[in-house]
Amino acid sequence: MLGRTANGLYWMFRYIERTENSARLIDAGLRMSLTRSESAEDDWDGVLQSAGVRGLYDQVHEGLTSGDAIDFLLRDRANPSSVISCIEEGRNNARMVRTALTRETWEAINECWIEMKGILARRARTTDMPEIIDTIKRRTGLIRGAFHGTMLRNEIFNFSRIGTFIERADNTARILDVKYYVLLPAISAVGSSIDNVQWESILRSVSAHRSYGWVYDAELRPANIADFLIANGRMPRSLAYCYEKIVSNLAYLAREYGERHAAHETAERTLGFLRSQSIANIMDRGLHEYLEDFISQNNRLGQEISDGYRFYH
Amino acid sequence: MIDADGSPRQPYSTYHQWYSNQDRNRLIAKSKEAEKIFRKTGITFAVYGHADSSEKLIPFDLIPRIISGREWRRLAQGIEQRVLALNAFLDDIYHKQEIIRAGRIPRGLIEKNDTFLPQMIGFRPPGGVYTHVVGTDIVRTGENQFYVLEDNARTPSGVSYMLENRETMMQMFPELFHQNRVRPVENYPYLLRQSLSSLAPAGCNGKPRVAVLTPGIYNSAFYEHAFLADMMGVELVQGSDLRVIDGKVKMRTTRGYEAIDVLYRRVDDNFLDPLTFRSDSALGIPGIMDVYRAGNVTIANAPGTGISDDKAIYSYMPEIIEFYTGRKPLLENVPTWRCSEPDSLKYVLEHLAELVVKEVHGSGGYGMLVGPTATKKERVVFAEKLKSRPGNYIAQPTLSLSTVPIMVKKGIAPRHVDLRPYVLVSDKVQIIPGGLTRVALKEGSLVVNSSQGGGTKDTWVLED
Repeated sequence: MLGRTANGLYWMFRYIERTENSARLIDAGLRMSLTRSESAEDDWDGVLQSAGVRGLYDQVHEGLTSGDAIDFLLRDRANPSSVISCIEEGRNNARMVRTALTRETWEAINECWIEMKGILARRARTTDMPEIIDTIKRRTGLIRGAFHGTMLRNEIFNFSRIGTFIERADNTARILDVKYYVLLPAISAVGSSIDNVQWESILRSVSAHRSYGWVYDAELRPANIADFLIANGRMPRSLAYCYEKIVSNLAYLAREYGERHAAHETAERTLGFLRSQSIANIMDRGLHEYLEDFISQNNRLGQEISDGYRFYH
Repeated sequence: MIDADGSPRQPYSTYHQWYSNQDRNRLIAKSKEAEKIFRKTGITFAVYGHADSSEKLIPFDLIPRIISGREWRRLAQGIEQRVLALNAFLDDIYHKQEIIRAGRIPRGLIEKNDTFLPQMIGFRPPGGVYTHVVGTDIVRTGENQFYVLEDNARTPSGVSYMLENRETMMQMFPELFHQNRVRPVENYPYLLRQSLSSLAPAGCNGKPRVAVLTPGIYNSAFYEHAFLADMMGVELVQGSDLRVIDGKVKMRTTRGYEAIDVLYRRVDDNFLDPLTFRSDSALGIPGIMDVYRAGNVTIANAPGTGISDDKAIYSYMPEIIEFYTGRKPLLENVPTWRCSEPDSLKYVLEHLAELVVKEVHGSGGYGMLVGPTATKKERVVFAEKLKSRPGNYIAQPTLSLSTVPIMVKKGIAPRHVDLRPYVLVSDKVQIIPGGLTRVALKEGSLVVNSSQGGGTKDTWVLED
């Protein structure tokens, strides 16, 4: 496979994943602002930080309002992580690697792009938001479904999956890192209703507010939330789950190519660490430091994969 | 579809019966559905020079153009004769030049032509094949009267539309394919790959590695390049993916550099090799011509085939065919005035209102004058251009092109069409039974190019 194709697949799936993540973040933000109207600005501040575009927002807007924040996250082309930017980038990459995709997968992303362009052509009204968020989730879900149902399990599949999970791990870690302070024992000892809203918002940002109840007590506890998002191997957006997938896809590539790269060592070491560390231990040593380390290590892994498999534009 | 006496023409009889029983609203809905299918599949092209040029659809008309088996056999024989003559001509022009020595074609016409590549002199591509893929443009003017408009021996495009139009028709109207015995075109990508592989360089051992070379995603025909690579199951590459290493053309893969044996290029000669041709080309591969001449890669179509389908050469096609096949051409050439010849120029200037004047090197319907539909002012302006560079133009009479029915708001109406069948050349000549029918959607218009508002329709060759 061309190094350019592998790179295109990797980024195509990173962008599709990011499209969905941006939509989910907006969803969580909307939910929070419904629950407590007086501090909407703080909430959107957190959402923009989680999306990694807080600074960029200030370059484009004077003040922080929920309407502007939503528009920025949804349809501003000046924001490379906005839904419209991501789906356009994803589709451009898909167009470039068209020959590596099944017709079903290509059509799913092309149709997603066509529909997004339509519904995001104008600034969205608040009343339209549930419908828009739903459409984004449904469309990206269709891409995933077509991809899983029709793609050959070969290197194309592996590079695509690796892109998905590097992006997802980054996203989950960022969400946690922006809100880490509400999970710290000193502050959360009381478990006020404000904390509850914050905690639920974290879970909602990764679509885990229901599944949490199935795995832990119904009651929200910071340590459990951190455990769920970091170490629980059954939770599809947890760091541990993402790394299991990265490691297994890299292992397929190693077998097919008959060689291992630095990326293999890095991914396996990280997974081992995610499995062996207890949450209590991580929190003791500093959740923020842990997450910062993780994010930079995750970036490094992306670079090692790119080097090992000779990616280029 | 309908004869002068009101009865359907023979190949259309089954279709006509079906059509008469259709609910019009259903057909209109189907027409919209077709558009949706094209859009979601991404079968789009870019029009150069349009502000919103990103992606456009070519309008699709859902009434098929139907050709009987008998009609097709005649056409196919004529096309085969022509394609064999083209290859013989190219081989001669780049070797002994007997046709020039025999005084049948002026030397200057060949050697001063930009499409003639001195780099090809004395080189014979694998299998002696120069034009691996040809798209012969044909028009019909009467029941048994066909003319060849152009030979398209460089990189003919549009074959993806032939395939997608058929696919769409089968999806929308499966019943039609039970009622009519339509010859299949779907195996084209398979035949293309087979044909390309069979002409791999002599030094290639094992399964030849084939790739399609595209200028990139911003090229107007990118969809087609990706589509063909996908359907053939081969790599789609651009110049920046390739490099000449150790006398081979290699592509940058996830495992390192790997050799390519056959390159089906959709990049023009000029851009192929910046070391040999245009040095500012970013689309090409520096040094590929050396590899080619050393016999380590096959380029399809061969560089320099443009000399055979050049509009200035076109008027000599009857002589060319006779010279190499020893027989009269089976398909007619449109009578052509070469404006480089003073007598012809005089005639053309006097009869501008009746003629179509084309640039010798133009394509895509740009830079031409359609006399009968042009305004007086347009003709005057064009006459000046003609006088200042006569050698740049040829002129042809406007033919009374046959029409086929298309769906319009008020029902069906006749429109002018042409036909481009696709031909694969290896150790044999294979003509795909069908092709691309382009249709001028504007009433009375003779210009069928997609860049000028033309549409397409499915083309059926019946089994009979």
